[in-house]
Amino acid sequence: MANEMPFETALVEMRKKIDELKQFGSEKGIDFTDEIARLEARYKQLEEEVYTNISPSQKMHLARHQGRPTSLDFIQAIFTDFMELHGDRLFGDDMAIVGGLAKLNGLPVTVIGHQRGKDMKDNIARFFGSPHPEGFRKALRLMQQADKFNRPIITFIDTKGAYPGNTAEERGQSEAIARNLRDMMLLRVPIICVVIGEGGSGGALALGVGNRVIMLENAIYSAISPNGAASILWKDASKADQAAEALKITASDLLRMEIIEEIVPEPRGGAHKDLTSQAEWIKMAIEKQLSELREMSTEQLLEDRYNKFRKIGKFTFDEV
Amino acid sequence: MLKDLFQKKRKYATVPSERTVRTGGAEEGERPKREIPEGLMNKCSKCGTIQFTKELEKSLMVCSSCGHHLRLNARDRIALTVDEGRFFEYDANMISEDPLEFPGYPKKLEQQKTNSGLSEAVVTGEGTIGGYPVVLAVMSFDFFSGSMGSVVGEKVTRAIETAMQKKYPLIIFSTSGGARMQEGIISLMQMAKTSAALAKFHEQGGLYISVFTDPTFGGVSASFAMLGDFILAEPGASAGFAGRIVIEQTIRQKLPDNFQTAEFNMKHGQLDMVVHRKDMRSTLTKLLDFHTVKGDVSHGE
Repeated sequence: MANEMPFETALVEMRKKIDELKQFGSEKGIDFTDEIARLEARYKQLEEEVYTNISPSQKMHLARHQGRPTSLDFIQAIFTDFMELHGDRLFGDDMAIVGGLAKLNGLPVTVIGHQRGKDMKDNIARFFGSPHPEGFRKALRLMQQADKFNRPIITFIDTKGAYPGNTAEERGQSEAIARNLRDMMLLRVPIICVVIGEGGSGGALALGVGNRVIMLENAIYSAISPNGAASILWKDASKADQAAEALKITASDLLRMEIIEEIVPEPRGGAHKDLTSQAEWIKMAIEKQLSELREMSTEQLLEDRYNKFRKIGKFTFDEV
Repeated sequence: MLKDLFQKKRKYATVPSERTVRTGGAEEGERPKREIPEGLMNKCSKCGTIQFTKELEKSLMVCSSCGHHLRLNARDRIALTVDEGRFFEYDANMISEDPLEFPGYPKKLEQQKTNSGLSEAVVTGEGTIGGYPVVLAVMSFDFFSGSMGSVVGEKVTRAIETAMQKKYPLIIFSTSGGARMQEGIISLMQMAKTSAALAKFHEQGGLYISVFTDPTFGGVSASFAMLGDFILAEPGASAGFAGRIVIEQTIRQKLPDNFQTAEFNMKHGQLDMVVHRKDMRSTLTKLLDFHTVKGDVSHGE
């Protein structure tokens, strides 16, 4: 039951009632077939209502769900022969970012992703998926290696943001993010970025300068966490739900604003309900996008990536 | 009744506040004489020393007592930086829209315009420094905390593109609280957009000097500000990615007073030089001079 979201409570309660009735019927030898059928029909209807209109704030909670599949889960499920590589060659190995070699239907690729922990101990080792500069520098090192050996790059984005700590600042958090933004633009291989959970601010974007950015249906991507926005706007971090609506952070918002190219549907109730199907659907999206990008020349790839970001922005001119 | 026993009674005499007296019919001429005319004096935001604004302006808004570099509006900064204050501005009338229909954003933009006298948080254009033509972008903290939305991103990108076309060096004075929250994801993407333009400029061999002024954080720090071939900062200017308060909450420790100051950042290898405001023009001129091909080794004596 720990896997259920608050907005699913009504469904869970109803499922419990149906099961109780079934058990009661079989124990006492009473036939409740009609009642059960009626309840099942109501359950279906309720399920439809609950899952067809998931609000932005509910998506925020789904995107942060502890049981939601992580980058490593998807890497294992989508690719074969994954070989993890470590370290930035400058300072250390940041476990908040994982990366390495893998094969997509036999094609060698470089995969990189933010990595949240599976439990408290793992989370502490991985700084809850919030990278230090060495994490971003490891990612860039692997991407430049991919560029050298002409391997497409697939990144998985899932972070609350870059780690806000004094040591991260001392080692140049700003520089590490800025350098990734600039140097990813110069890579001569296709880059596909998949936002699988929470895309939080500069720490997300530092793996997000791709030719194609795709998002899972319930993933979110934002300049500021809804909690942070709420505490700035209303001096009240508990109004995160309200901020989540105002900030337009859902996949459908981002598709409409032409920030992303594609939405990958999620299994009913979220990615954590069915990892196998979810991984399959992501794989299909990656294959489709990659086959288009592999048709392009190096110049076209660079031009395509530049134009994608160059056109973002809304402004007008005041009459003088 | 028992209740009456505990009734709260106000036993204070009400004295009308100064404001009520004034608006309550007093003549303008009756204002208290100790008031100082607007703008005559200025108080240092660091040490609290009060000094004549005229004196402060003469010292380029640097406190005579503690050396604190007071924040400058973009217009004042440009006047201090380019030769004879001559500046040709680009995209002066580019203004923000409200792409997310964010509650209260258009009204807040209007307020920022009135308060700062600027149309956005960055002014871009060209001028000469020590005789060298440059493309200059100067941010202003007094407009929306220097936050980067679509207009800041676009104006900076266009400035970079112009520097590329004209083959002029690029100089950016940054100051910013980070991304413009009211433009959400679009403001985040301006980091990628400006960095992309700098990638092209970098490939072309363009010269870019970045100057950190107080304060520069978040999305601006983690994009174009940190990508200079040369990175300078004014003394005491604080800069970083995350702010002090957020970090203190995360690590549950008090940070030292000098945390994220220019001197701190220099010590940690993030900057080339800390440059006093009075030396900024000459330092920039020197750097520009280094990148102008002159002389010939083969003919050296």
